[in-house]
Amino acid sequence: MSKRPGSASRHWRYQRLTSIALLPLGLWFLVSLLRQPALTHEIVAGWFGRPLQALLAALFGAALLWHSIQGVQVVIEDYVGGRLRAVSIVLARFAHLAAALALAFAIYTLASGGGE
Amino acid sequence: MYTMVLSIMHRASGLYLSGCGFLFVAWIVSAALGPAAYACVSRFLSTLPMRIVLALALAAFWYHLFAGMRHLSWDAGYGFEKRSARRSGALVVVAAACAFAATLFLTPAGRFLAGTP
Repeated sequence: MSKRPGSASRHWRYQRLTSIALLPLGLWFLVSLLRQPALTHEIVAGWFGRPLQALLAALFGAALLWHSIQGVQVVIEDYVGGRLRAVSIVLARFAHLAAALALAFAIYTLASGGGE
Repeated sequence: MYTMVLSIMHRASGLYLSGCGFLFVAWIVSAALGPAAYACVSRFLSTLPMRIVLALALAAFWYHLFAGMRHLSWDAGYGFEKRSARRSGALVVVAAACAFAATLFLTPAGRFLAGTP
């Protein structure tokens, strides 16, 4: 998007950074999710109600959404042309920002014992 | 040729997982909103079409993870020769298939997706 020198390589570096972060965080999330005996509300609220688990979920969510917008942006830049390109990148960024805020709200609520 | 297909699959699986990331957010937000909202989202995610979507997400997760490790090793300067690229590509597919099968059939949530109680 931006034509500033170095912005492409910065984007590239950050994408590697988030992918490395997602190796342990993604595995943690998937393993934790799959080993829950059942995914009832009680169990899920209890899972994210523990401080360390809530922190890991927040880190996972941040890395996931950041990595996601980086990848989506590259795909849009490669396959969408014309005026639609800028519009779709802005829309994708807003969707990811909204998801990040919603996720922060949810984890905060669950971690402070809400969601009952 | 087949390494090209793997590369496109890395993109496709990444894009698919991006979409599923939004499902994850919706799911956890519903848990925060309370048991009623959670039950509603949970029921939706338990329908057959959504179980297929989620099982595919599980496959996409493993593929993207292993293929991503392959890409990271290329960035670090390893394995870019044609021969080793072909070999690591096959390794990625086998590892992803094994991890997918194991998590689908050996974990509670996976067995729910597969419909094998």
